[in-house]
Amino acid sequence: MESVVPNKLSRRTFCKTSGLALLATTGGVSLGTMFGCSPKSQGDSNAKEAVEAVVWSACNVNCGGNCAYRWRVKDGAIAYMEADNTGDTALQARACLRGRSMRRWINHPDRLKYPMKRVGKRGEGKFEQISWDEAIQTIADKLKYTIETYGNQAIHKIYATGMYSATGNPSARLLNCLGGYLAYHYDYSTNMLSAAMPYFYGDDFSPYDNVYASSFSEAAAHSDLIVMFGNSPAETRMGGANATWDFARVREAVVGRGGKIINIDFRLNESASGSTDEWLPIRPGTDAALVAALAHEWITNNQVDLDFLHKYCVGYDEQTLPASAKGSNKSYHDYVMGSGYDKQAKTAKWASEITQIPESRIKKLASEIAAAKAPFICQGWGPQRHTNGEDTARAICVLPCLIGKIGLPGTNTGQREAEPPTYLTGSLPAGDNGVKVTIPVYQWLNAVDHGKQMTATNAGIKGGDKLDSDIKFIWCYAGNCLTNQHGDINQTHDILADESKCEFILVWDTVMTDSAKYADILLPDAMRSEQMNLTNQGYSEYYTGVLLGTPAQEPPFECRSSYDVMADIADKLGVKEKFTEGRSHDDWVQYLYEEGAKDAVDLPAFDKMKEQGVYKKTLEPACGLKDFRDDPAANPLKTPSGKIEIYSEQLAKLAEQWQLAEGEAINPLPLFTPGFYGYGSTTKKYPLYACGYHHKARTHSSFGFLDLLQQAARHEIWVNPIDADPRGIKSGDACSVKSPHGEIHVAARVTSRVIPGTIAIPQGAWHNADMAGDKVDKGGCVNTLTAYRPTPLAKGNGPAHSMIVEVAKV
Amino acid sequence: MPQYGFYFDSSRCTGCKTCELACKDYKDLGPGIALRVVYDYEGGEFKASGSAYSQNVFSYHVSKACNHCELPACSAGCPSGAISKDDNGLVYIDPETCIGARNCVSACPYSTPKFDEEAKKGVKCDGCRLRVEAGLKPICVEACPLRVLEFDTIDSLRAKYGDTASIAPLADPSKTKPNLVVKMAPAAKPAGDSTGFVANPTEVQ
Repeated sequence: MESVVPNKLSRRTFCKTSGLALLATTGGVSLGTMFGCSPKSQGDSNAKEAVEAVVWSACNVNCGGNCAYRWRVKDGAIAYMEADNTGDTALQARACLRGRSMRRWINHPDRLKYPMKRVGKRGEGKFEQISWDEAIQTIADKLKYTIETYGNQAIHKIYATGMYSATGNPSARLLNCLGGYLAYHYDYSTNMLSAAMPYFYGDDFSPYDNVYASSFSEAAAHSDLIVMFGNSPAETRMGGANATWDFARVREAVVGRGGKIINIDFRLNESASGSTDEWLPIRPGTDAALVAALAHEWITNNQVDLDFLHKYCVGYDEQTLPASAKGSNKSYHDYVMGSGYDKQAKTAKWASEITQIPESRIKKLASEIAAAKAPFICQGWGPQRHTNGEDTARAICVLPCLIGKIGLPGTNTGQREAEPPTYLTGSLPAGDNGVKVTIPVYQWLNAVDHGKQMTATNAGIKGGDKLDSDIKFIWCYAGNCLTNQHGDINQTHDILADESKCEFILVWDTVMTDSAKYADILLPDAMRSEQMNLTNQGYSEYYTGVLLGTPAQEPPFECRSSYDVMADIADKLGVKEKFTEGRSHDDWVQYLYEEGAKDAVDLPAFDKMKEQGVYKKTLEPACGLKDFRDDPAANPLKTPSGKIEIYSEQLAKLAEQWQLAEGEAINPLPLFTPGFYGYGSTTKKYPLYACGYHHKARTHSSFGFLDLLQQAARHEIWVNPIDADPRGIKSGDACSVKSPHGEIHVAARVTSRVIPGTIAIPQGAWHNADMAGDKVDKGGCVNTLTAYRPTPLAKGNGPAHSMIVEVAKV
Repeated sequence: MPQYGFYFDSSRCTGCKTCELACKDYKDLGPGIALRVVYDYEGGEFKASGSAYSQNVFSYHVSKACNHCELPACSAGCPSGAISKDDNGLVYIDPETCIGARNCVSACPYSTPKFDEEAKKGVKCDGCRLRVEAGLKPICVEACPLRVLEFDTIDSLRAKYGDTASIAPLADPSKTKPNLVVKMAPAAKPAGDSTGFVANPTEVQ
């Protein structure tokens, strides 16, 4: 382990000259005393290494990693970043390429500098500087007006995930002090899966725990086969203590003892880099067809675990179907063998046509999984992000059920690798929301357009039968879902541009995102590294920890802490005391830390922690649903039957009760259905499928404006030579991609790393179009191409990965 | 005099480029120049079999900075004698002596030295030699989320990991005797491989 001692003279100079007196008293200077490690002396005091201070902070964007930053600060400004090189090497929360570029974001000339009000048409991006007082008064007046005129339900705090930090986003707390706001259920990450899986594993199901999923460390310890559906931690969870690192160790352990990894994806993702024999290419959105064919193989070869299916599951065959479904060939067995539903036997030959996987390879895969002692079957969140995602998410979980490989050492539930169950410190309490009705997260645009027509049965409203108001006030803090990360940007623009619908939009950010252009008031936020900050470990790794950061430099221009601004808004509305409880922002950080430290006895004292920056602790491996497997009577699932419901009677009832559009279906069984813009939907005009994916240059859209990252990891569509050659497309060519919903311009990479017939489009690029003109998006944002058509059950963002397109050189 | 070098484990590398961006942050480089780059090397193809496809596609990454060679071609070709080895065997350019002749840029078989158009000087990875003198690792090494890079005396690295340094698309090691040890990924090919190609030429130029 390397440690660094700041040059003492330089440190004094820094404290004296920087004006950040706080650093001198907060212990923002690391003395390298972490884990009892003695600092090494340094020879060259003239070297760049002799910086004045080392200041801890944490990454706060939504990859879930919360990596540690160790800023080197010089003359009151961040000079560069050092890795987290403290403690156990295997636990070092080393920031990824984006984290290592955070200084460029913080010090970017395009930082929002002043509060602004819109002066052009909404969405034009024309603003004028105003004072903080005017901004705060305007927001307070609009909140008061909206509540008095339409009720609290007309205020929507839109899905926004650019701020993962304990005190980073006080928005819900402030709005709840005012009586509440229209909240959402589900999220854009796991939208279809979150809606569907409770019908399969019960109401307590969460995609974010270690109860319904096993940890990668469990796989490393015991598995002999890893089967991944659309799961690439090397692109989604990239930090040095995140799942990408966990997965590297899984591979080395599993392959090291003669096991195998199978990576099923439409593109050769970076998790298979170097071990590319692991790749099994599949047409996107067809995973449930592959599952059905594997089931067919296992049934035909007597490889299903009937004892498990009868004891632990509902609906595999006639014997365990609920009474309401008996006698009409409604079991999964009937579906697979062709005695029910579409009367089509789900043979390998049948699935081969749909999935593009050779028949022989499907049969081989069936044998490989059946032969495994401890198969770890998991899915990322790509497969569910399709128009048929509700069924796909459940279908993948049927696999381990069929062979009885759940709750045993080294096995998994079909869900993504487990997340840490332990958060040592809490967040700013949100308080109680006086508005009980909630909307599905992706439905906000419909609620702007026609909220009062939306009900529980036609729009998935929960907590009430219907909405009483359209959305009239959108509160967008650190998010880009107003346009960029939402579906069908062109349609979204038209609805948001109509000021008679949503009357006021507040956006709070650090740079001019595409969503920020739609603000009526636009506020400049301070970055986390410019404030004290507290974070737990993220959700994309498997250890527990706390990060405590101190300001590395002052916020530039008129940027302010969101907490302070919200306290001022609260003051205008007479709820300041309720909002602050007498605490400043930094008081809250200390309070939350010390409350957490009461239970987590190992946590150091607050002042010590400010020096140390990061505290980490390993967790024991977790085996998903082990308790249920060990004793299903004592530990029943929270389904009506207490068992795994392959057939869901609840979904059968919803299918009858809910009002669905033509062509939409809610299926009690996880069938393969192509879905809107899915398999078989290409046309002469749009002859190719397209699918989004997470790209290393961005966390969703965060970091998307940095030229450094744009150069190092280019925004390019992937086109297989089989599709590129007839179109005369070569690597580097500028191309047009058109869907029924819009057009983007983007460079092509011609590569066999994507399956023929499908174009891979990295998500999160910044929309850049003349919305008063041709609307052609030169930024290449995937959501210029997606449809806004919420899925049948989740009312979710399935269209995000289900597209049909044509590609041409421009 | 010790001779330091890099170890690179291609079996773990995911091509994330954190090494490259950590270097850019530390050296304060813009988009134009990278002192460490990451190659995407790939090959193979899909073949239709009925309505499905079989394929033999492979892909892996190579992270490359300066290999601080035994026989540095950059130094040999420098007309002003601006390129030398320091006490740890790290090859560096003295900007005071460099006259911007660009011979190093064309001489190096690894395309490591770049020409800084603004300063009109050659620039290259110097192994973070001042950090190394101060007892630290080069900035890229501790940055790697996959623990792919190591930095030590080349003798120690070879004792630990062997002496493989031949990996496409890098040049044949016999030319300049690089102080580099590579662990080959299952998909990796030796230098001189003609079955694959660099798939990201504009990212590594």
